Amino acid sequence: MAELSATTPKTEDRPSALREFWFYFSENRGAVIGLYVFMAFVICAAFAPLLAPYDPTEQFRDHILQPPAWQEGGSWAFPLGTDPLGRDMLSRLIMGSRYSFFVGIVVVCVAVTGGVIIGLLSGFAPKWVDTLIMRVMDIILSFPSLLLALVLVAILGPSLTNAMIAIAIVFQPHYVRLTRASVLSERQKDYVTSARVAGAGKARLMFKTVLPNCLAPIIVQAALSFSTAILDAAALGFLGMGAQPPTPEWGTMLAEAREFILRAWWVVTFPGLAILVTVLAINLMGDGLRDALDPKLKRS
Amino acid sequence: MFGYFLSRLGMFVPTFLGVTLISFMFIRVLPGDPIIVMAGERGMTEERYQEMVVKLGFDKPVLQQYWDYLVGVMHGDLGESFVTKKPVWDEFFALFPATLELSICAMIFAVALGLPAGVIAAVNRGKFFDRALMSSALVGYSMPIFWWALLLIIVFSGNLGWTPVSGRIDLLYYFPSVTGFMLIDSLLSGQEGAFTSAVRHLILPTIVLGTIPLAVIARQTRSAMLEVLGEDYIRTARAKGLAPTRINGLHALRNALIPVITVIGLSVGTLLAGAILTETIFSWPGIGKWMVDSIFRRDYPVVQGGLLMIAVIVMLVNLLVDVLYGIINPKIRRR
Repeated sequence: MAELSATTPKTEDRPSALREFWFYFSENRGAVIGLYVFMAFVICAAFAPLLAPYDPTEQFRDHILQPPAWQEGGSWAFPLGTDPLGRDMLSRLIMGSRYSFFVGIVVVCVAVTGGVIIGLLSGFAPKWVDTLIMRVMDIILSFPSLLLALVLVAILGPSLTNAMIAIAIVFQPHYVRLTRASVLSERQKDYVTSARVAGAGKARLMFKTVLPNCLAPIIVQAALSFSTAILDAAALGFLGMGAQPPTPEWGTMLAEAREFILRAWWVVTFPGLAILVTVLAINLMGDGLRDALDPKLKRS
Repeated sequence: MFGYFLSRLGMFVPTFLGVTLISFMFIRVLPGDPIIVMAGERGMTEERYQEMVVKLGFDKPVLQQYWDYLVGVMHGDLGESFVTKKPVWDEFFALFPATLELSICAMIFAVALGLPAGVIAAVNRGKFFDRALMSSALVGYSMPIFWWALLLIIVFSGNLGWTPVSGRIDLLYYFPSVTGFMLIDSLLSGQEGAFTSAVRHLILPTIVLGTIPLAVIARQTRSAMLEVLGEDYIRTARAKGLAPTRINGLHALRNALIPVITVIGLSVGTLLAGAILTETIFSWPGIGKWMVDSIFRRDYPVVQGGLLMIAVIVMLVNLLVDVLYGIINPKIRRR
């Protein structure tokens, strides 16, 4: 993003939208750090098979529970040590980034698409449809998200795909409410009336006229959901209701390592640290996005 | 005020019906026949099967079944557990105090640390304290609490040996449950060391469950304080020469508390979700662990009943927060 804005011609009077965005975004140092960490995470996920020194499921029977390289008994062949089955921790962590990234992307895409469409419909529909939709969303919001996801997985059967579906369903109402609220305030404005007078149809009004002006809070919420989705998927994996072993998903790795916590600190510490760093980076970025995109939400 | 209360209650009823509908549907959309599941590996005869169908009402029209279910729920009948054969209602209320005790402690922990942290950060805006506190709050907010629990166990139970790893009290102590709250019961029992043991068992789960609410409260307090500190009456107070502690503590904090109280109320859902993880890790005999165990045991009536009860608790607390909010802030009532 930095390179892109740097190549914009300097003669321009009004800065481009991207440049303006970057100006505000880069004011927040934490957000920039978050962005770099997130980019590293994305690269890690994209090139995982190339970066990982070993196959994540390969078992080295002679190196069971070997500590990390800097500790006594460790070797640089396994920089972060090995797990109880002799699998290389580093390779598993690198491959694990793929699952977390995948979960984040899929959940956010599904929840945003569904939530925005329902929210737009709700904002434009007659009063009774609107009321009906909002009550249904209230009902979903009455259940604690993790509990609802757990129960949905219990119905669908434990797997990473089902965990993603469940989390996406649980996140949906937030987008519906957010979109509807912005639509209701935008709909009263003059530009919408003028578009309507000019003969724009319902669909055009909804998606081309109003939606682009409602996007800022939705993008911020999407960034925050990305991190929550990773956390929830890891929690489901930890409870045995998400990705199943031997998948190197970070939450599942933690669940497998639980019985070794007092004997081998590294099998527990690293997967959790990976979750924390990723989630923290995304949240930092989300704060920066909010400051840059939505001055109204600015946390002073 | 009364009208506001009625309108809030009017929203509560359809949501409640919706929640019962979802929990009613739950057992019917499960893959497989619940009666076969209940029979387990032993199987059952055709006669017994028909008997069960009639007993559970599966032979009636679906609408009739839902009505019967709703009437049952209103009378506190949530069915019987497949495994223990006890009424779900009784099991829920036997375990609920444990979760309530843990949640209250976690909330006290979160408020006791979160409020001062937010105030200190706001007063020192942009300085070292602000940055340090808000960075920690963001870390806490991003924390996978199941991992946090394991780390605390490694350090405090494993390396230092200060706290026990699981349960609510040492097995040495036994006394009848009076209130269901271990802290109170252990005091009432009068046994030496029982109360200390209960406290030691509570420490780690409290910290784990309280971490995310703590971070949320600290962040919310800071931003509410900053907003209030910019108001004219604060400038007036400063101009009058009031001491800064008096201004910050009395004038500003009181008005900053309104949004913070809302956040505290809305954290109940987060707490109950967090309780699922915390209780599972610390083997805390509360409803979170009960739900997870029941899901694994395919004890569907328990999952169904627990789901409903938890949702109703969250809804009731939200209703209460809304009503309280209406009392504190009259502007809300005339929306």
